[in-house]
Amino acid sequence: MKGQETTLAEYRKPLPKPTPETQEFWDGCKRGELRLQRSKQTGKAYFPPRPFFPGDPEQEVEWFTASGNGTLHSYVINHRPPPGFEDDAPYAIAVVELDEGPRMMTNIVECEQTPEALKLGMKVEVTFEKATDEISLPKFRPVGG
Amino acid sequence: MKQKSVAIVGAAETTELGVIPETSQIQLHGDAAINAMRDSGLKPSDIDGVATAGESPVAIAHYLGITPTWVDGTAVGGCSFMLHVRHAAAAINEGLCSTVLITHGESGRSMVGRSRFAPAPASLQGQFESPYGPAGPPTMFTVPVLRYMEEYGLTEEQLAMVAVVQREWAGYNPRASFRDPITVDDVLNSRMIAYPFHLLECCLVTDGGGALILVSQERAKDFPQKPVYVLGTGESVETPMVSQMEDFTSSKAFRVSGKKAFDEAGITHADVDHLMIYDAFAHLPIYGLEDLGFVKRGEGGPFIAEGNTRPGGKLPLNTNGGGLSYMHSGMYGMYALQESVRQMRGTAPAQVPDAQISVSHGVGGMFAASGTIIMSNEAP
Repeated sequence: MKGQETTLAEYRKPLPKPTPETQEFWDGCKRGELRLQRSKQTGKAYFPPRPFFPGDPEQEVEWFTASGNGTLHSYVINHRPPPGFEDDAPYAIAVVELDEGPRMMTNIVECEQTPEALKLGMKVEVTFEKATDEISLPKFRPVGG
Repeated sequence: MKQKSVAIVGAAETTELGVIPETSQIQLHGDAAINAMRDSGLKPSDIDGVATAGESPVAIAHYLGITPTWVDGTAVGGCSFMLHVRHAAAAINEGLCSTVLITHGESGRSMVGRSRFAPAPASLQGQFESPYGPAGPPTMFTVPVLRYMEEYGLTEEQLAMVAVVQREWAGYNPRASFRDPITVDDVLNSRMIAYPFHLLECCLVTDGGGALILVSQERAKDFPQKPVYVLGTGESVETPMVSQMEDFTSSKAFRVSGKKAFDEAGITHADVDHLMIYDAFAHLPIYGLEDLGFVKRGEGGPFIAEGNTRPGGKLPLNTNGGGLSYMHSGMYGMYALQESVRQMRGTAPAQVPDAQISVSHGVGGMFAASGTIIMSNEAP
């Protein structure tokens, strides 16, 4: 999980292809902001992006910039890398619970990829890894000690 | 709401199970379907309902020479066949058709006539999961488990015991892929696939198929086999993305589907003599036991480790050896249903003595979907 810049030609891992409903999320990542949506009435945040509140489409929703802080909720450490991830294995495929509530799949960077280093509940913060000129991926790193 | 009962009057697996490179995926459907028709004494012209997943019901109807008045192509993963049974019951009760054939065939190992699946880059999975390096179900279905272990104290040894106990059952089944006994140490010393999951805690990848034939309860006695009645059915779905499960320690789809089936059957857990819980990975029987209500939250691991589900235990579970030892083509739900039918007919290799009620519980995707079928050899 090295953070060096690469070009599209070099980047061999699966890349997300934004849709109109998710474009703002990916544009935010490019700017270094974790953009989520929430209900204007209740403030409850949700993910992944969609232009309505799941379960109650009459609520008004808005984009906002999340704190980028969260905790490590769960993970596996993958020993069988798919194409593009050979140099990374073994690496954690993790789920982070954001302080705003939603959870998202990610990788934990700047951290040993071991059960000893990856403690459930540990505080993490977002960092953006540039994959191409269009796509930066939100990843998370441990904060504090 | 309780429906009128329907019955399974034909049931069969493919002639062979395991590694079958000489047979294409659609012919695995064909082989299983023909075996089930022979089992029930029916011909393609007798079938007027077709349900399948993995292939289109159009392809299966045409391949077999069936002209249906009802089809169901519900494809929500490995439990699709449980949902087909539920939908077939409704269709038969509504008079949309009278004789339903449900087929499964999957060249999961040999990949003959089958394409590999990868989420589209613009799909939600493609955008929000694939970029982080998952390599199929072993790295996705397993993601919630560390959270479960943290919350309930499930140990790696208890998780390993799921595989050990199921191998005990497989030892009774001549058609099981793996039959030699294994120990907890064998499991924990097998190759690490995705921590905390070792090779022996992950399902097989094999070729095979199975088929079922259902009719109304009134017609059930007119067939050569002992009828197996459908007492209750349930289904639900939660999320296509495992990372978006509401609770990493429990499946909402399991809870909803299981309750629906038990309510419809009007039975209690104490009435259940035999249980199948789809085990693509070792944690699934633990989640299943809890979410179906057989044990309290957090008790599933110790319940299995203490021997309650092994041969001679009070709740025989996954008596064919399961996806971990019997076979797993990719959509295993059909094989769980087949084992429940065998147990209700009294023809299972590891027969549970005097079993009258069997519960067959399936999962689809990675905790994405669920279906539950409750069967009995006694007419309701």
